[in-house]
Amino acid sequence: MIAAPRLRRFRLSQDDRRNLRTALPFIAPWVIGFLAFTVYPIVYSLYLSFTHYSGFGDATAAGLDNYQHLIKDPLFWQSLSNTLYYTALAVPIGVVVAIVLALLMNQNVREVAIYRAAFYLPTIIPLFALTFIFIVLLNPGFGLVDYVLGLFHIPAVNWLGDARWTKISIVLLAQLGAGGPALIFLAGLRAVPTELYESALIDGAGPLRRFYKITLPLISPVILFDLIYGTILGIQIFTPAFVLTGGTSGGGAYTAGPENSLLFYVYYLYKNAFQYSDMGYASAMAWVLFVISVVLAVAIMRWSKYWVHYEVT
Amino acid sequence: MAVAPQISEAPPLAIARQPTPRPWRRLSVPKTLGVRIGLIVASVLFLAPLYWMANSALKNIDELSAFPPTLYPHAPAFDNFVRAVTYIPFGTFLLNSVILTTGVAIGAAISNPLIAYGFSRIKWPGRDFVFGIVLATIFLPFPVLIVALFDIFAKLHWIDTFLPIIVPAFFGNPFFIFLMRQFFLGLPNEISEQARIDGANEFQVFLRIIMPLAKPAVAVVIIFAAVQAWGEFLTPLLFLQDESKYPLSIGLQFYRQEHDVAYNLLMAASTLIVLPVVALFLAFQRFFIEGITVGAVKG
Repeated sequence: MIAAPRLRRFRLSQDDRRNLRTALPFIAPWVIGFLAFTVYPIVYSLYLSFTHYSGFGDATAAGLDNYQHLIKDPLFWQSLSNTLYYTALAVPIGVVVAIVLALLMNQNVREVAIYRAAFYLPTIIPLFALTFIFIVLLNPGFGLVDYVLGLFHIPAVNWLGDARWTKISIVLLAQLGAGGPALIFLAGLRAVPTELYESALIDGAGPLRRFYKITLPLISPVILFDLIYGTILGIQIFTPAFVLTGGTSGGGAYTAGPENSLLFYVYYLYKNAFQYSDMGYASAMAWVLFVISVVLAVAIMRWSKYWVHYEVT
Repeated sequence: MAVAPQISEAPPLAIARQPTPRPWRRLSVPKTLGVRIGLIVASVLFLAPLYWMANSALKNIDELSAFPPTLYPHAPAFDNFVRAVTYIPFGTFLLNSVILTTGVAIGAAISNPLIAYGFSRIKWPGRDFVFGIVLATIFLPFPVLIVALFDIFAKLHWIDTFLPIIVPAFFGNPFFIFLMRQFFLGLPNEISEQARIDGANEFQVFLRIIMPLAKPAVAVVIIFAAVQAWGEFLTPLLFLQDESKYPLSIGLQFYRQEHDVAYNLLMAASTLIVLPVVALFLAFQRFFIEGITVGAVKG
């Protein structure tokens, strides 16, 4: 009888129950996929993170070994700092580039469809192919980029061979993806009611003031989404680093770019799991990544309360 | 097409059209000029990598290694393309890429409309909460799952088959579910009600009434899924180990390492991989642009 009040609260009307039965077959694929390919792997890797496991045979209990090893592993810390450094550069720059492109496209230019296409096209080009192109563009011997910089008397940079520049190169590569967010910002800009600008103009507000007081607050929800999503993508950075350093090739085995400057978090996780067959350790890294992503997303959400403006259109 | 809030071509700011006071008029000409220059410079920067890929693909190795680099191929070496596809097992990689892309696109086309329908056209208790979970999975980094997924697929004997890449596509993708749901929410309820009164069950309403209207939205999903699968790198890297199973993304990568492929051939092979994507974009540009801005205005 103790359960009675609880039951009542969850009692559904006949309509509700019928609708639930009707909807279930439709959403069943997602529910099954979510349980099988998301929930179960997360739980399973939590278990694996407390074991020693090579991928073959049985996992053996390891207690907190993997986590203790993480704290003492200099490569873990380097991969984490490489990743945060990359994300801290690529994401804010990406937001600014996307907003600038959107603002430019939002001006009264008739051939805007051409620019829209030009900015968007690189976002659908496979990332591995763009990375191959960057190898040619940034080549220290015959690369176009160093040549163009030379025209402006800027000294050549060994983009992919100098540990100080490798991550910058990937930050630049990532900016080719700005076209997608730029289109979303553009849609946001076009939804801003023109009356707001008109009355601001009457009040004598200059263009900068109008931008800060009207445009920016009204597109702030899009900025928030772009920041969080960009950050989540940023901490997963892998493909360009893997393509550039070729996994195992190059003189020094198992180095990820000069001075391991491209050893990003997921790259190191990948190496541990699939090159060193240390699935337990890699699982601990996966779980730490999970926690980092949640912490970053929540932190950005909290911070956004100070600047996101929600009563839009 | 009603998939997305329209991006209208009309000038967005009324002020741009207003008769402007004198000091403004003098500024207005250079203003759009400056904007245009900015847009053109930015467009050149964004398209330069693709141009440089095609340019490098057509150079012979001497011209490619020359400094300063030539801005167009002086002696176009069209046979680079022939050499690129014969130097590597291009046909095998291509076939694998086509199978993977087709499989993922079919899975996306079937699963996402079905799931989105359940999250939009039927009102059931807890729907919005569960949909919140769907959206939250967008923010879960996929690499968190790779170790466990590999072990799960290994136990299923799915490694070195296309199943780990194709099968999950049949269980929906949060972005595509969102996109289809936005479309379904925009359709009036009356059309479903009428069919229900006529005795159709929910699946018949979905298949006969709603899906015919949803073709443009399904096309957007298919296009996005195909482009994504075509360029996919991490999952084939993890789950395919036998060279005969590699798609182009992985095949090209490992071939480059092992055989030290010349850059002009690498660029020629890359051009062949990029070409279908560019063609698809030029053919269905509107679908791409409207797909990406779905729900953007809702803020």
